[in-house]
Amino acid sequence: MTDATTMLGRELTHTVRYPLMLISSILTPVVLLLLFVYILGGPIGAGLGDGAPGASYVDFLVPGILMMTVASGSSTTAINVCTDMTGGIIDRFRTMAVSRGAVLSGHVGAGVIRTLITTAVVIPVAVLAGFRPHASVLDWLAVAGIVAAFGFALSWVSAALGLGAKTVAGANGATLPIQFLLPFLSSAFVPAESMPAAVRWFTEYQPFTPVADALRALLTGAPVGGSALVALAWCAGIALAGYLWAVAAFARKAG
Amino acid sequence: MNATDTPAVLAEGLRKSYRDQVVLDGVDLRVGAGEVLALLGPNGAGKTTTVRILSTLIAADGGTAAILGHDLRREAAAVRALIGVTGQFSAVDDLLTGEENLLLMGRLLHQRPAERRARAAELLERFDLGDAARRTPATYSGGMRRRLDIAMTLMGRPRLIFLDEPTTGLDPRSRHIMWQLVRDLVAEGVTILLTTQYLEEADQLADRIAVLDHGRIVAEGTPDELKRRIPGAHLRLRFPDGAALQAAAARLPDAVADEDLALRVPGDGVKAVRDVLARLGDDVPVEDLSIHTPDLDDVFFALTKEQRS
Repeated sequence: MTDATTMLGRELTHTVRYPLMLISSILTPVVLLLLFVYILGGPIGAGLGDGAPGASYVDFLVPGILMMTVASGSSTTAINVCTDMTGGIIDRFRTMAVSRGAVLSGHVGAGVIRTLITTAVVIPVAVLAGFRPHASVLDWLAVAGIVAAFGFALSWVSAALGLGAKTVAGANGATLPIQFLLPFLSSAFVPAESMPAAVRWFTEYQPFTPVADALRALLTGAPVGGSALVALAWCAGIALAGYLWAVAAFARKAG
Repeated sequence: MNATDTPAVLAEGLRKSYRDQVVLDGVDLRVGAGEVLALLGPNGAGKTTTVRILSTLIAADGGTAAILGHDLRREAAAVRALIGVTGQFSAVDDLLTGEENLLLMGRLLHQRPAERRARAAELLERFDLGDAARRTPATYSGGMRRRLDIAMTLMGRPRLIFLDEPTTGLDPRSRHIMWQLVRDLVAEGVTILLTTQYLEEADQLADRIAVLDHGRIVAEGTPDELKRRIPGAHLRLRFPDGAALQAAAARLPDAVADEDLALRVPGDGVKAVRDVLARLGDDVPVEDLSIHTPDLDDVFFALTKEQRS
């Protein structure tokens, strides 16, 4: 545990020293937010049948953008893990009596903290763009909880992807489906019901949709229903799978 | 057994293959406590693989090894607490300053804050990195980076240090600084196993040299012992023309022809020079005379050639 804390501190120092990746994982969702609100939002909002085009589509969109903010942090974690594994420093750690899991735990812990920072920056930007949340303090805590749980789950998967990549560019590429494909094929931007049948089936049953739905329900004051539980169950499942995958990849590469 | 009698490294029959490529083919190695052993060999001989096995980074396919009395396989954690490794590739954190890199090591070694700060300050001073302590290694020269790398290895006061090609890529000045650092460590009683492809480096630093070629130790001994293993001290005489050469060859029956207009005569030292000149007499003109004693290069090429033929 001490070693994991040391590694977490190291990762956070890296983030402060090289903030470019943190900034880029804020800019990506912010650019999409602005694009969808100001350029695409009118027709989409109208198409979805809302009374006031644009204005209320923001409220639909922002929870999805928050989910995407979490997802866009995955490249940072994968890149940092890959950088460590392909450099000489991992061998130094391995020849010291450092606890085995500390390196990965440090990366995942830092990934969760970065996720909370990036979402905390994106929310006020969304408010400036017209987002009007209707959430109690408890709802906000639940939002933070889901963001952290989703960030935790994706960090383990990203760590595994970073371990599997031979180059830093490869590590970044491996997270592109998490950053873009799965968010676009979820209910983040438009409801699943509006999609063509084949895509719709996928969208309804893939993990990013309940996460977006749960965040949306919490932030708009709508009844949350089962989506939060489904989202948390997915997070737990993804975290466990990502953890086992990462640990196996670490053992294979640096056991 | 007395602790000082326990060898720092005792390896028997180490084997390692990657698919059907045999990298180590039964390596035996013994490094006494306080000794410097140079593992000398060309690229691809298996030097780095040997170091990676002995420093717990990879497992051997066969053979046994003990580090300071601890079995490598069963007591890896105990081994790690006693060794320090500076690999061939830089193992410093580029986003942390020099001082932070050392403090990171201290934290991972579970040193108390006061202890790790004192040790870091001491090493920065000793390795002449005081001015660079608050800069990141991106601004360092190759020699400074290597010194930081070794300082990080020394944070935990290891009793056995592995240095894998410590001076590869360094300029001559940095190389000499590195040599002095190694000598200082030896004076403190640290055992060192270093790999090198430079014979001069092995000659300068090592108490004993083990020559590794194609995954086997082909020779082992002190630098002088190895040099004695091949005959080869000779005088080289060069003549102004063919007539002089022929006259000289007639008077020196043990001479062999060297390149054009030159002869090699076995022997070295002043006595041999006097003797050869006396046998030539005054009437055979000699343009040039030089004494050649074998250096480790000759030994190395002789030993590695034997293996191949």
